[in-house]
Amino acid sequence: MTVELDFGAVLASWPLLLVGVAWTLGLTAVSAVLGVLTGIAFAWARSEGPVLLQTVVGAYVELIRNTPFIVQLFFIFFGLPAAGFRLSPEVASVIAMVVNLSAYATEIVRAGIEATPRGQREAAISLALSPTQTFVYVVTPPALARIWPALVSQIIIVMLGSAVCGQISVPELTFATSLIQSRNFRSFEAFIIVAAIYLVLAFTVRRLLRWAGPRFVFGR
Amino acid sequence: MYAMTSKTTRRTAVCALAACAVLIAGAAQAQNALDDITKSKTIKIAIPTDFPPYGFVGADMAPQGLDVDMAKFVAAKLNAKVELVPVTTANRIPYLQTKKVDLVISTLGKNPEREKVVDFTIAYSPFFIAVFAPKAAAVKAAEDLAGKSIAVTRGSVDDQELTKVAPATAEIRRFEDNNATISAFLAGQTQLVATSAQVASTIMQKNSSLGLEYKFLLKDSPNFIGVAKGEDALRTRVNEIVAEARKSGEIDRLCKKWLGREAGDLPI
Repeated sequence: MTVELDFGAVLASWPLLLVGVAWTLGLTAVSAVLGVLTGIAFAWARSEGPVLLQTVVGAYVELIRNTPFIVQLFFIFFGLPAAGFRLSPEVASVIAMVVNLSAYATEIVRAGIEATPRGQREAAISLALSPTQTFVYVVTPPALARIWPALVSQIIIVMLGSAVCGQISVPELTFATSLIQSRNFRSFEAFIIVAAIYLVLAFTVRRLLRWAGPRFVFGR
Repeated sequence: MYAMTSKTTRRTAVCALAACAVLIAGAAQAQNALDDITKSKTIKIAIPTDFPPYGFVGADMAPQGLDVDMAKFVAAKLNAKVELVPVTTANRIPYLQTKKVDLVISTLGKNPEREKVVDFTIAYSPFFIAVFAPKAAAVKAAEDLAGKSIAVTRGSVDDQELTKVAPATAEIRRFEDNNATISAFLAGQTQLVATSAQVASTIMQKNSSLGLEYKFLLKDSPNFIGVAKGEDALRTRVNEIVAEARKSGEIDRLCKKWLGREAGDLPI
């Protein structure tokens, strides 16, 4: 059985692929920043916040972590307009990704916070640091350093998950690939190429974040 | 298989050769779909399940519609048991190319790009696509689409025709399948929708408050049955079945049942 591969037919549409890569990276960047910040805030709420807040955030985390991403996305895009919130596909995608990442990030960051030795916190208090100062300067940096690899993995998962945003017409990478293969029917080649692009993206983003973490996020 | 080095043990080599033999046998058989169907007495036919009234899931969860009836009719004429394979607009041609199905009866329109990769029988049902919007939208021709958002199903003929005529400033939003396209339009995410007259008529019936109306024609595009490239025996046989059904009035009966009108003039 001979399969003739014609990568040229797919690569001829490189501007579409390039736009796709830009959207995938853009969606990931925005949702990673917002998602991780929200995750840290929620982790604080869940481990040190008032009881009511702990319950609310706990319910949120369970709700999001136990439903599929695509359902969350469709709920925001197709469901919310019924309640009067009409969002563009791109905004709906960013919100869905932030919501999804923040729930997982909450639990990952909380693990780091709880692993911070009690002695460090007590030392901070005995130095007359306020609870906020203690959390921001003493608890969070080593917590983030400890869970950074897990957090980076979760960001990569969300980036790969953004592939479904094409279903609601966001021109990200998988959307571009589907569009190209629906025009020239070179589906095998198209998906080989897109798999390779995702692999490179994931690898690069992972290396970049592992490099950037200690330098910019939880400086040593 | 290309890198058969001396390091490869004899046993792996034998296995690889056996695998090759199976593949070659598979390839030799591949051009004989009709024989396979006659022998196994089953035929796999791709049908839509998100495209009323051509193919949709009824209250009993079984697929029904014009294409489904047509699939059953063709299978019966071939004396084979039909195995219905639900496909989407975007994946029906890959299903045929990879031999996951023998025939595609799934509102498949004919165009030169598709003719390069699959073969077509004669037409079996009518179909036309157009741009639709609520009465309030002032759209009479393609130029009026400028600055407006239009929902369309990615990879469909609707998409190709719309892309051809739409001005550069029109915001074309391409969705994964017909359900998503229609849902997005109904949710108010786009101002207009480009789809088939039949799908639009279903929306009109179910959401009459929307005031949906026909704006302008994109393409008159009858449906053909798709056959894998080179399966000439099967194509010839299905052509005979369709020609006979067109003459006997069976096609008109199906069109009346599902589309509310006779088939009209269908091209070869």
